[in-house]
Amino acid sequence: MRQDFDFNISGKTLTLNISGDFISYDNEELKLRLYSAAEDDKVRQLIVNANQLGQWDSTLAIIIFELKKIALKNQKTFELRNFPQNFERLINLAFSVDRKPVQPDTSSGGFLENVGIWGTKLVAGVHKGFNFIKASGNSFFRSIVGRSFMRGIDLSFALEDCTYKALPIVSLISFMVGLILAFVGAVQLKTFGAQIYVASLVTIGMTRIMGAIMTGIIMAGRTGASYAATIGTMQVNEEVDALKTMGVDPMDFLVSPRMIALIITMPLLTMWSDFMGMLGGGFVGVTMLGIPFQKYWELSIDAISLDNFLVGIFHGLVFGVVIAICGCYYGIFCGRNADSVGSATTKAVVSAIVWMIVMTGIITVCCEVLDI
Amino acid sequence: MSTEVQIEAKNLTIGYGDYILMKDLNFSINKGDIFIIMGGSGCGKSSLLRVLTGLVQPLKGSVFVDGANFTSASPTAKDKIMQKNGILYQSGALFSSMTLGENIAMPLQLYTKYPTSQIKELVSLKLALVGLAGFEDYYPSEISGGMKKRAGLARALALDPEIVYFDEPSAGLDPVSSKLLDDLILDINHSLGTTIVIVTHELSSIFAVGNNSIFLDGASKSILARGNPNDLLHNPPNDTIFEFLTRGEGKNAQKTE
Repeated sequence: MRQDFDFNISGKTLTLNISGDFISYDNEELKLRLYSAAEDDKVRQLIVNANQLGQWDSTLAIIIFELKKIALKNQKTFELRNFPQNFERLINLAFSVDRKPVQPDTSSGGFLENVGIWGTKLVAGVHKGFNFIKASGNSFFRSIVGRSFMRGIDLSFALEDCTYKALPIVSLISFMVGLILAFVGAVQLKTFGAQIYVASLVTIGMTRIMGAIMTGIIMAGRTGASYAATIGTMQVNEEVDALKTMGVDPMDFLVSPRMIALIITMPLLTMWSDFMGMLGGGFVGVTMLGIPFQKYWELSIDAISLDNFLVGIFHGLVFGVVIAICGCYYGIFCGRNADSVGSATTKAVVSAIVWMIVMTGIITVCCEVLDI
Repeated sequence: MSTEVQIEAKNLTIGYGDYILMKDLNFSINKGDIFIIMGGSGCGKSSLLRVLTGLVQPLKGSVFVDGANFTSASPTAKDKIMQKNGILYQSGALFSSMTLGENIAMPLQLYTKYPTSQIKELVSLKLALVGLAGFEDYYPSEISGGMKKRAGLARALALDPEIVYFDEPSAGLDPVSSKLLDDLILDINHSLGTTIVIVTHELSSIFAVGNNSIFLDGASKSILARGNPNDLLHNPPNDTIFEFLTRGEGKNAQKTE
């Protein structure tokens, strides 16, 4: 059917005449002219006249919807003539509930006001973080002395997740890091004919810091993310609310088993990572530098110092606490939709890695001061 | 029905940050009542429930439970009051890592000194009460939405609470399951004398179970009406209530007259 869409203004009345089929109507220019004419102060009445309207879709409905909005906004009379009943019902439906969404206050204050708001938020955030750390610590000690709601089975599951299930990926990455350290070191040391020191380089590097850092990064991405996602989903499903209303402290029930599991397993995983890194270095030593494996291993063992080893283990312990706190913090304070679970997971991993680096810096300075 | 007040809200203002949902609410719930909190979507019904159950602090005012100020109670006192409550959340809120039996046993393990064998029997009884006998070893992911709600109710009833709160119990249920849940609510109320507080806008449930109610109005941020829902239907104090309780059909009927 031929499409007809035109309007005219006569006195105070704007009349829009339409006929024919209106499927995927897209004459934007004409629509804008129509809206502009309808907004004119002189026009006090809007009439839309449909003659033999054929097929139509939402592209016609939005024109009528916009016109009616203009009429309501400017207190003009609005009239639909000869429209099919279902079309009129559709338009009426769109106006049946006149609820205005709550507009967030987007007004931007002055520079000082913005600094003030930023500072207040920062202080509130720091306060919230410290409160969480304090509550985690209290819950940890309550659990240690057996006065918390922590269930043994939850601790077993958390331990299972952080032990043999984590071993393959920790082993692979640590072996590769040892291999890379040895390879990079070998290239340089070869120029001085000192390739025999590759064993010491890898051993000291892995035991002092690299083993702990690599384990920390893997566990942050693997376990920290899983903590945030699990607890976040429980928040979305109102499970955390259910715990609170049962009088169960979520810190005892959700945070403590996870934190204890990481505190126990991170030093052990760090030791395993050290070993795998040394093996990776050994692989380069044997295959590239032609050092007999037994000789390489003896040199590696000789290079291990108790100080370096313990500093590495201590790093692992601290990283365990950091990963548990970051994962659980973002899980507990997750919003109540699927998107916030994703966001909580990302933040948990990123913040755990950032805080691990910060803690490494602090420990390194402390070791330097203490001459360790 | 008793006239002894069990829950009392005094000058309760609820909201989030600067945004106020409801202002200066005053109402009381008697022991043994089936009390309906109704109102349009987004008016603050669930938020009011979160305040009544102690999950969220009100911006102003207090909630009293059996005469004790619940809002300003110490954490220990609050925990004791909370043990009187059972809550059924919209989704059931079952702990997904536990079986139904473990979910229901949890409050019993926490707050009673019953031997394991007795806890097992209690779990079986509570599950049977909600029509889920034999489902002890199922995980929440293995059962339907309606069954999750019933299992959630069994958990809420585990400690024989004095008050049970329901957040939109009919949401997402087919009419038959919804009717079964309504019958269950009536049975619990009649047999145990439990005070029941229900947040809902499901008309069939409101008329089927409610014997007292308040109607929250989002526009005026206040209580627009209170009383027995059936009385409100027959003697509506204003058009908004009448429209709500007749699904707007009363208004349309008047128009066509």
